[in-house]
Amino acid sequence: MKSLLTIDNAVKTIYNDNQNLNILDGINLSINPQDFIVVLGTNGAGKSTLLDAITGANTLTSGKILLNDEDITQKNLAKRSRYISRVYQDPKLGTSPRMTVAENLLLAKRRGLPRRLRLRRLNDHMEQFKEFTKDLPTLDNRLNTFTEKLSGGQRQTLSFLMAIIQRPELLLLDEHTAALDPQTSQELMELTNKVILEKKLTCLMVTHNLTEAVKYGNRLIVLKKGKIVLDLDKEAKSKLKEQDLLEYF
Amino acid sequence: MNLIISTISQGFIWAIMAIGLYITFRILDFPDMTVEGSFPLGAATAVIMIQHGYSPELALLVAFIFGSLAGFATAFMYTKLHIPSLLAGILTMTALYSVNLRILGKANMSLTKPDNIFNRYGLDKLPVNFNGIILGIIIIAIITFLLIVFLNTEKGQAVIATGDNETMAASMGINTTMMKFIGIMVSNGIVALTGGLIAQQNGFADVNMGIGSIVIGLSAIIIGEVIYPDVPLSIRIITIVIGSIVYRLILMIVLQLGFNTNDLKLISAIILALCLALPTIRAQFFQAFRNGVKSK
Repeated sequence: MKSLLTIDNAVKTIYNDNQNLNILDGINLSINPQDFIVVLGTNGAGKSTLLDAITGANTLTSGKILLNDEDITQKNLAKRSRYISRVYQDPKLGTSPRMTVAENLLLAKRRGLPRRLRLRRLNDHMEQFKEFTKDLPTLDNRLNTFTEKLSGGQRQTLSFLMAIIQRPELLLLDEHTAALDPQTSQELMELTNKVILEKKLTCLMVTHNLTEAVKYGNRLIVLKKGKIVLDLDKEAKSKLKEQDLLEYF
Repeated sequence: MNLIISTISQGFIWAIMAIGLYITFRILDFPDMTVEGSFPLGAATAVIMIQHGYSPELALLVAFIFGSLAGFATAFMYTKLHIPSLLAGILTMTALYSVNLRILGKANMSLTKPDNIFNRYGLDKLPVNFNGIILGIIIIAIITFLLIVFLNTEKGQAVIATGDNETMAASMGINTTMMKFIGIMVSNGIVALTGGLIAQQNGFADVNMGIGSIVIGLSAIIIGEVIYPDVPLSIRIITIVIGSIVYRLILMIVLQLGFNTNDLKLISAIILALCLALPTIRAQFFQAFRNGVKSK
């Protein structure tokens, strides 16, 4: 199968305490279409740096990133956002607080496209947004609510919807349920899994949660000190138990 | 009565500057000190152009453009050279002091030509000080209309998103650097335009007339927000105008109580500090009141 995203010998070096430190230390990774990869690792393992490198928020010290065989290593975040979307851990990072839910969704609908000097025509999209949120009890009938008035769970659900409203080629989830209470976290994770499977999205999900790591996805990667130390396919992952992963922490 | 009308007239004209400041201060979340330099820049530009025989309208347009260029300098230092926002504004403001001296050729200049925008279009036939009110309302209406239309475009929404949450805006593919340039330039353009208007109203430009202008603009914004919290943008601009008039009236009352005019800046700063603290004071008062009721 042709790879969607290929990371070729990615190295990210920072200068810290009078020495060079490799946050990413020669990462090689190939992501196929419809892969749902769970990335596990301790703090400082390089998980978020890896996502930053993929989105273009951070540039690699060396190595290449190819999307559909096109070298995007030098493309900036704005250009990559056309194909790659991301949901952050902090619910506040993914939405615009002084805009309504509908305004945020409209903003996301034009992800990666040029912003022209023409009226945004919000009303033309309201029916679509109503349809989009109708099965979500947390956001139903809240299209005109300012985002700053929403709870953390509602904001994170909105962030997730914003990431998928315009189908991304690659969806990146950066511990997107970690800042929520257990029940909300579980509900959002179930929604995430359902949407990814239904829409056949390609996804890279970073998590600290061993239960999530075992339960979701068709591939598991463990990062440690900037290196991939474990890479399990669907079959191997299905036999995995949570305690098997403890040795990597 | 004349004093009150004069105060209201000033409130309307200064409200234009406050609307400009609102773009950086609230929409972009950018504390822009440039305004203390772009305000006299607009005044100096307008006065020198009118003195050289150009029309007051053209003088205001050029003042707007020069103010936008001042904003460009600040935005460039902030976004491209990564100089902190406050410092970038202070640097431009300092540099503009010399620029303004160069434009005027001296520290201040009077408008000796009788032609200015306050006595055109029949405004001079109005009772004293009403020309300022009418002109202020017209310019505010035009700027408000243009601003609301712009902020409802895709680009305008991108500017709001950039000020609201830059991380999100960038991840949506918005060129946040460009949006900051647009916001800071338009803001300083409007501030310089106000400088040009005030110079025409007062009949002179002075390189020091920008000192404290940021306090005046912020006071109008904050008073408007304190009186009318949680309103949509179009209403917010009206509340800024109300805030500007209320601020001027407070100042007038204070001066009428016999305070020394040399203390004007001190009084202005105290009024702004009180307005900024008002939400906290109000919350603590209500908390204490509720606690008192419970204990009874």
